[in-house]
Amino acid sequence: MIHSYEIDGILNQKFLKLPSEKQIEKGVAIIECIQNIPCNPCIDSCPTGAISMKDINALPVMDYDKCIACCKCVGVCPGLAIFVVKSKEDIGFITLPYEFLPKPVIGKKVKLLDRAGRIVGEGIVKKVVNKDKTFIVTVEVNKDLIMIVRNIKV
Amino acid sequence: MRIKNHPIINFAYKKKISFNFNNKKITGYEGDCIASALHAQGIRILTRSLKYDLPRGFFCGIGKCSSCLMRVNGIPNVRTCIAPLKQGIKVEMQDKFGKLPSEEFHEKSKEVLNFEVLVVGAGPAGLCAAIEAAKQGASVLLVDENMAVGGQLIKQTHKFFGSENEKAGTRGIIISESLKKEIDKLKKAGKVKLMLNSTVIGYYEGEKNLHKFIVIKRKNYDSVLIEVNSKTAVLACGAMENMLLFPGNDLPGVYGAGAVQTLMNVFGVKPGKKVLMIGAGNVGLIVSYQLLQAGVEVTCVVEAMSSIGGYHVHAAKLRRCGVPIFTSHTIKEVRGRDCVEEAVIVKLNKNWQPIKGSEKKINCDTVCLAVGLTPSTRLLNQIGVKMDFVNEAGGYIAIHDNLMQTNKKGIFVAGDSSGIEEASTAMIEGKIAGISATLLLKYKDGKKIQSKYIKDLIKFREGPFGEKARIAKKKIEKLVEEK
Repeated sequence: MIHSYEIDGILNQKFLKLPSEKQIEKGVAIIECIQNIPCNPCIDSCPTGAISMKDINALPVMDYDKCIACCKCVGVCPGLAIFVVKSKEDIGFITLPYEFLPKPVIGKKVKLLDRAGRIVGEGIVKKVVNKDKTFIVTVEVNKDLIMIVRNIKV
Repeated sequence: MRIKNHPIINFAYKKKISFNFNNKKITGYEGDCIASALHAQGIRILTRSLKYDLPRGFFCGIGKCSSCLMRVNGIPNVRTCIAPLKQGIKVEMQDKFGKLPSEEFHEKSKEVLNFEVLVVGAGPAGLCAAIEAAKQGASVLLVDENMAVGGQLIKQTHKFFGSENEKAGTRGIIISESLKKEIDKLKKAGKVKLMLNSTVIGYYEGEKNLHKFIVIKRKNYDSVLIEVNSKTAVLACGAMENMLLFPGNDLPGVYGAGAVQTLMNVFGVKPGKKVLMIGAGNVGLIVSYQLLQAGVEVTCVVEAMSSIGGYHVHAAKLRRCGVPIFTSHTIKEVRGRDCVEEAVIVKLNKNWQPIKGSEKKINCDTVCLAVGLTPSTRLLNQIGVKMDFVNEAGGYIAIHDNLMQTNKKGIFVAGDSSGIEEASTAMIEGKIAGISATLLLKYKDGKKIQSKYIKDLIKFREGPFGEKARIAKKKIEKLVEEK
């Protein structure tokens, strides 16, 4: 069977095991890695052992209770497929990998893009970390958008 | 056309170099090849076809095709994509047959070298083979036709998949740098001799089980011949870009994916302004993303198969930047007078037939072909090792055992020239082949680590994306038994 994401490259959330509202409040990493690729740096990067994998070709499994939203895995995933989401009342925060110039600037507004590259709103850059030339960018967004926004446009 | 800011690569354009092209003075930068310096100035037509006088431009970008042959300092047929740019040189579009230099061809001098292991190709497989063989104590000669070591690794700006063993999470360019450092160390210690800008062009059976290779070393666009007598050889010659049949496929601006990577990631030159990508395998997806990073627009990715062949994570990176991927689509034709001006894509039905009326015009100046690779086996053919066609390996390949030895004793293969795969597996294969070569000699310590590498390789190919390689290697195993 061919999945829809194999036809158009856009992942439907139904393929993901989503965290609960409570877990999102605490902050968790969402791993959008849905194919058996021989790859495991995310496991080595996790300080709490929240990510597990049967063998190198298996899918990573995230234990949302153990995840502390440290964002370390976001910077090491070669597929740039890990996103950290967090919410505080009506405000949402999304941390994503970004490999383009210009470098996002803290406090500045950026356009928010979904998995198909469509503009879905605006957010404010809260934090930028340079991890081996991948910017790990945290953006403040409308809470409803945390599972939709997957890219930014500076 | 120069890339000024890049998120991953730091292009330090240092010294300007001026040279002469068709009696006009133009400038490039130190580190450029001739073709990249011309491309940066918007010069895309490098030569013309023999019979119909059609324009020809860059195509493979790695010295494997003949699309960029030019006359340099009076010397014809110089592959300008692998010829370094030098101050004051005279570059001309050559009369098509490449008139010989006006002075008589001088008698070529010949040098003779003796080594225990010759490694042909300094890409990921060749570098690893040379490093492992030298570590075991063998004397190693490493030959490559490019200006620098690293093969295609020096163009891979993305982080690699795999485990810690395969340096997962590290960018290809960084892996390439660390392999280069190792080679440099072994060079200093006198354990490896490196010959760049050199092509192995011939093979003769030597005396006393020696293999005799003829190497042509390019120097100032001229060349010297070198005879290399080696006890063993590892052939890691890489692969060639596949061509696709459609009207206009010979126009300058239709580039192989490797050539696009060469221009933008090695020389910092944009291949064009708007690119149409053909092929949604990992190469097509990765190169499209790299084009975006270089500030080039990617209009869309077209894939004839009904599903995306590459990893979803690579496709997702492109999609969230707004680049559409059209599966069940192919390129119908490319139009333009002297260069690509526009392209037409068309939808395919279940039987791979174009659907009439579904044509779509794409405004682009570059068409990038990422439609697979064919193993480079010309040297293996000449040696006369047993070859066979293995579809899953990408074409004709040398039959080899799991120690990477061909049916000819002392001749080993590794990397893409032993079956198309990817850099991580090429590196492991190179290590295995390098050690195998030394085990045939007087060095016996490599056995244990070699069996570990063999296990790593099997593990790496276990998943669904390793299926093609598994099938290919199984077929090859069977052919070995039949031998």
